[in-house]
Amino acid sequence: MTQKTTNQRAWFLVLPVLALVAFSSIIPMITVVNYSFQDSFGGNEFFWVGLEWYRELLQSERLWDALGRQLLFSSIILLIEIPLGILIALSMPKKGWMASLCLVLMALPLLIPYNVVGTIWQVFARADIGLLGRAISDLGLSYNYAQNAFDAWVTVIVMDVWHWTSLVALLSYAGLRSIPNAYYQAAEIDQASRWAVFRYIELPKMRGVLIIAVLLRFMDSFMIYTEPFVLTGGGPGNATTFLSIDLVKMALGQFDLGPAAAFSLMYFLVILLISYVFYTVMISADNDGAAR
Amino acid sequence: MSEQSQPNKRRNAGPRIRLPAVIICAYLLFILVPIYWLAIMSLKSNAEILGAFTLWPDSITFDNYRTILTDPAWYMGYINSFIYVSLNTVISLTVALPAAYAFSRYRFMGDSHLFFWLLTNRMAPPAVFALPFFQLYSSVELFDTHIAVALAHCLFNVPLAVWILEGFMRGVPREIDETAFIDGYGFGRFFTRIFIPMIAPGIGVAAFFCFMFSWVELLLSRTLTSVDAKPITAIMTRTVSASGLDWGVLAAAGVLTIIPGAIVIYFVRSYIAKGLALGRV
Repeated sequence: MTQKTTNQRAWFLVLPVLALVAFSSIIPMITVVNYSFQDSFGGNEFFWVGLEWYRELLQSERLWDALGRQLLFSSIILLIEIPLGILIALSMPKKGWMASLCLVLMALPLLIPYNVVGTIWQVFARADIGLLGRAISDLGLSYNYAQNAFDAWVTVIVMDVWHWTSLVALLSYAGLRSIPNAYYQAAEIDQASRWAVFRYIELPKMRGVLIIAVLLRFMDSFMIYTEPFVLTGGGPGNATTFLSIDLVKMALGQFDLGPAAAFSLMYFLVILLISYVFYTVMISADNDGAAR
Repeated sequence: MSEQSQPNKRRNAGPRIRLPAVIICAYLLFILVPIYWLAIMSLKSNAEILGAFTLWPDSITFDNYRTILTDPAWYMGYINSFIYVSLNTVISLTVALPAAYAFSRYRFMGDSHLFFWLLTNRMAPPAVFALPFFQLYSSVELFDTHIAVALAHCLFNVPLAVWILEGFMRGVPREIDETAFIDGYGFGRFFTRIFIPMIAPGIGVAAFFCFMFSWVELLLSRTLTSVDAKPITAIMTRTVSASGLDWGVLAAAGVLTIIPGAIVIYFVRSYIAKGLALGRV
């Protein structure tokens, strides 16, 4: 890394970003903090209630259930998408038009608006008009994601795998491409097995991009909203009501400003905590990489 | 390369179908079949969608597309989306470029904290900001304007742009800056004439991701608009919930939202790999 010089005037270069992000982040955040300590009547009279909303929320089953569903969902997503993404990256053609074609086709789901992803799976999985729904029904299995909680979960997970596995695959692929050929030649001379090549060459070299892949997939699955909202609307019942869906219901549906604000702050703090851990790990990984 | 490192001992036994090719084909099939189903549905009439179950339309009809392209309530959605996505990309890049330069070149008070704080905004759930944004933009009378959505999307796109650009700028040797300053270039002229052309690929990658994340976002853009700036994605959800489910038109609208992304991805495909290799997405 090149040596950086200390220059306090660099602050002027950062100022526009600071002003812009402060406008769209700090001011709304202060509003949220303000609401979380108050009760509102008719949207314009406010009363100080102290920590009551926090106490209420921490005791409400609704929040804990949503958090439990959210953690389960994010864990399943990571357990499926990370290994699958690595497998696909290892299987991709190395160069030529085949590789470009794979890249373009695989990147396609990433650029589809979230609600269109929901719509695609809605029309694909519906039992009456969907290819998948019809195919499963014809096999003699009962399947209806709108009524059966298990079917809804499977559909939401398959949809997310469809939507985001490509990101993990593309990141891993980029990591694999940066491994110099000499490593593989050395492995060949040593007659290393395919597994050994993966375990001792490819996996360590992919470490950096994999940390980012895990980070991104964790964050984005932890705040998933649109796709399940369009597909299942959080149902059947509350089966697929994840944290963001619950929060939006509370904030914009019921207009419960106080509880929604307290919910927002706790939700944000959880994310902040986890992202700080990830960030620290990433930075130390970066430095390890530079030292090697 | 894996073929070179691994002698073909096992493969000689069976027929020569290679496992990696099978995996890739299966995965591509998995990706393309739902899209195929949407595309096919957009070419069917509603009667055929609901009545007959066909893998290929009996009679191809473009009525669904004609509905969208002639009804302002539909096509204005695309125009609105394009306006705020472009605005957002321009704003994000304009403010991110100098900031990324500062982060890549200088050490200054609180720089690493500032960088982390920027990144937390990329990680904040949009749902948290939906309500306060609604009130903030209503109170400054920007509700239902394109600039409101563009500014709101800056929340996650500016940090992302700074992050990507910083990675690219770090790759440019400092000697170039120093030489230019010795040659008498002022900062502004150096930055616009020399530095920006040098990191053009990085700007391309950053623009691509800003475009992408603004284009696919629904929650904030729906919350901040009602009529004049309503994006196509919000119009689609309204149709799902309200007016008797016109599946054919809905599918056609979906197909039309996929096309811009597909075009963009085709043009930047070689840069994406480079951007991803930096691990900055």
